[in-house]
Amino acid sequence: MASSDVARQPDKNIRPLNLAGHVGFDSLPDQLVNKSIFQGFCFNILCIGETGIGKSTLMDTLFNTNFENFESSHFEPQVKLRAQTYDLHESNVRLRLTVVNTVGFGDQMNKQESYQPVVDYIDRQFESYLQEELKIKRSLHNYHDSRVHACLYFISPSGHSLKSLDLVTMKKLDSKVNIIPVIAKADTISKSELHKFKIKIMSELVSNGVQIYQFPIDDETVAKVNTSMNGHLPFAVVGSTEEVMLGNKMVKARQYPWGIVQVENESHCDFMKLREMLICVNMEDLREQTHTRHYELYRRCKLEEMGFKDTDPECKPVSLQETYEAKRQEFLLELQRREDEMRQMFVQRVKEKEAELKDAERELQSRFEQLKRLHADEKATLEDKKKALEDDQVSFSKRRAAAQLLQGQSLTANGKKDKDRKNSGFM
Amino acid sequence: MIERPETAVPSIAQRNLEGYVGFANLPNQVYRKSVKRGFEFTLMVVGESGLGKSTLINSLFLTDLYSKDYPGPSQRIKKTVQVEQSKVLIKEGGVQLTLTIVDTPGFGDAVDNSNCWQPVINYIDSKCEDFLNAESRVNRRSMPDNRVHCCLYFIAPSGHGLKPLDIEFMKRLHDKVNVIPLIAKADTLTPEECQLFKKQIMKEIQEHKIKIYEFPDTEDDEDNKLIRKIKEKMPLAVVGSNVVIEVNGKKVRGRQYPWGVAEVENGEHCDFTVLRNMLIRTHMQNLKDVTNNVHYENYRSKKLAAVTCNGVDNSKAKGQLTKSPLAQMEEERRDHVMKMKKMEAEMEQVFEMKVKEKRQKLKDSEAELERRHEQMKRNLEAQYKELEEKRRVFEAEKVNWEAQQKILEQQKLDASKTMEKNKKKGKIF
Repeated sequence: MASSDVARQPDKNIRPLNLAGHVGFDSLPDQLVNKSIFQGFCFNILCIGETGIGKSTLMDTLFNTNFENFESSHFEPQVKLRAQTYDLHESNVRLRLTVVNTVGFGDQMNKQESYQPVVDYIDRQFESYLQEELKIKRSLHNYHDSRVHACLYFISPSGHSLKSLDLVTMKKLDSKVNIIPVIAKADTISKSELHKFKIKIMSELVSNGVQIYQFPIDDETVAKVNTSMNGHLPFAVVGSTEEVMLGNKMVKARQYPWGIVQVENESHCDFMKLREMLICVNMEDLREQTHTRHYELYRRCKLEEMGFKDTDPECKPVSLQETYEAKRQEFLLELQRREDEMRQMFVQRVKEKEAELKDAERELQSRFEQLKRLHADEKATLEDKKKALEDDQVSFSKRRAAAQLLQGQSLTANGKKDKDRKNSGFM
Repeated sequence: MIERPETAVPSIAQRNLEGYVGFANLPNQVYRKSVKRGFEFTLMVVGESGLGKSTLINSLFLTDLYSKDYPGPSQRIKKTVQVEQSKVLIKEGGVQLTLTIVDTPGFGDAVDNSNCWQPVINYIDSKCEDFLNAESRVNRRSMPDNRVHCCLYFIAPSGHGLKPLDIEFMKRLHDKVNVIPLIAKADTLTPEECQLFKKQIMKEIQEHKIKIYEFPDTEDDEDNKLIRKIKEKMPLAVVGSNVVIEVNGKKVRGRQYPWGVAEVENGEHCDFTVLRNMLIRTHMQNLKDVTNNVHYENYRSKKLAAVTCNGVDNSKAKGQLTKSPLAQMEEERRDHVMKMKKMEAEMEQVFEMKVKEKRQKLKDSEAELERRHEQMKRNLEAQYKELEEKRRVFEAEKVNWEAQQKILEQQKLDASKTMEKNKKKGKIF
């Protein structure tokens, strides 16, 4: 957005000059307006309030149309948000309106986390815009702005004070969105009770440091009406899409046995004030505040969170490119480190496994050695035995051979003797 | 929890209003706020000296922007081309405009004019860079817009065609700024000469694919007709004058010649009125928008792509331009995590396989060992058995023989005993 704030004090570099005639640049605001009309406008409202408090009815009444309404039960386990977008047309102005309603707000037994879905939704829209803004190739002028421009907070018409849920929720939201508190179903409060109620509410908001949206008073054209309206906050509203015959007209109203509450009657409720302030006078300011204040805060926090700074540690200004480059370096180093770490881990495991297997191998080896030795021993024993047998055999053979020899000798001797004997016997 | 996906385009329903709501007042609110903010515009004038640039500016804005105290560019020529700005504040009808005029004394006036466009390009880029830095800060306050919204390029009225310098300059700048070429000192051309000159120039512009500022089409047919008429007159031939002359009882701005008065605001004399209406009264905002949405975005995406892609080749870079550098890093990180997971799984697989192999090998060795051990055992046992058998046989033989020997011995003994007996008996003499 190429908006700019011209310095109000005359810059010594800027010479004021007088014109000698009609140049024609006084059409610049018209040119700008024509462009806006051509592009169309966009507005996003968030309604927070308990189930059945009249959020949908008030929207229908405010915009004089029938939005898609879902009746919700009281048994939602969690707070949800439902958003719907509509294209509206009035005269030559096209408005893309997104209405976001809370579902189940205030129904749970434990409401500690009730505000969270709302905060998350608002942040998501900011994030979405921020992402678009940070893209390299971006198209901001075409971007459908989904950021919440106004938050209507519906206060229960108890007549006493704000609930703690109200205070907690509004406190969480006041730095993120323009909060416009409204007293719902105001036709259940009497005028005097209402006056006291409003004062109580405003003082509670102040004492709790809740910053609600103030209608701007810096522009003389609207300062007067805005100042006076600021004094009527919070607006006590009644919504109705039903029409009742009053005199000769059909008016939006709620019919009771004791009378008819007219929505558009300023002495009955502040509906007309709300419509005038929210839509006719300050819609553009609400958008501007959302962009220049709430979004900038979100953006600043987000960027700081991500480590972006405007100046480096030596307090020299750092350009965006330098920051990106530094981040990228850091990022690449981290990836590298992770990779190295993983490889390291694997190397370690491989080492361990190798050692394990080596041990097993060694064990096997030693077993093998052992068996070998055993076997060798046995073999040796066997050899010995074999040798013993052989020796025995050899000695036995020798004995036998010797004995045989002897026998042979004696036999021959005996034979000779016998022969001799025999022979001598005959002489 | 949101009940529709937010990245998807929301489904949008039409609704008719059944009564007054009041947002038709939005344009008024926008009007009011813009008047309060005030407006800014930066206009650059480029051209050789003596082409009437200062006079034209003074005529356009009906003021003495350039005067004796603030001389025009042709009076300020130095040795090199300068790019200088002057800011003025003018008010009209409650609207404040901070007008910055940037001029380039020395442009095209040297003997050697090569690269005389470089200081101009540098100036435009530096303003874009200033804006980029301001826009990118963490703490953004006001972002003053000093970017050049429009560049009026003055063509000398030679009547023939564009000079090489003209073509070169416009080619180099058409991607950085809205270029509007003007024929200067148009009162030196007759209408026919002017027509021919314009045609020639446009022909050359098309030939060289120079993109001069184009008027956007509008939804209004009437407006479109006017726009088409203006387009036919391009480039606009202008005459400027600070002197007011009386013509037929009317005071007009013009140039007095012996043969008549060339009136600045006479549509038949020159296109000054067309220029003024277009530049100031109808398209000033559009010039700013085009600068912001097209030229600046071009500059920005080039600058940021250089940072994040860091020399990555262009084919890869194309798909990455639709993200912010941070989102891109996020994606890279995710890709890297996946890559690592894959790598880890692969390494794990290889590891397991190798372990399995090794284990199997060990098992096989073990089995082999067992087998061999078994075999050897059996071998040994067989040998043992054999040995035992041999031993048994041997022993049996031995015993047998020994028994035999014993018998023989006994026999012998008996025999010798008998002999002895016989001897004794005297059988033997």
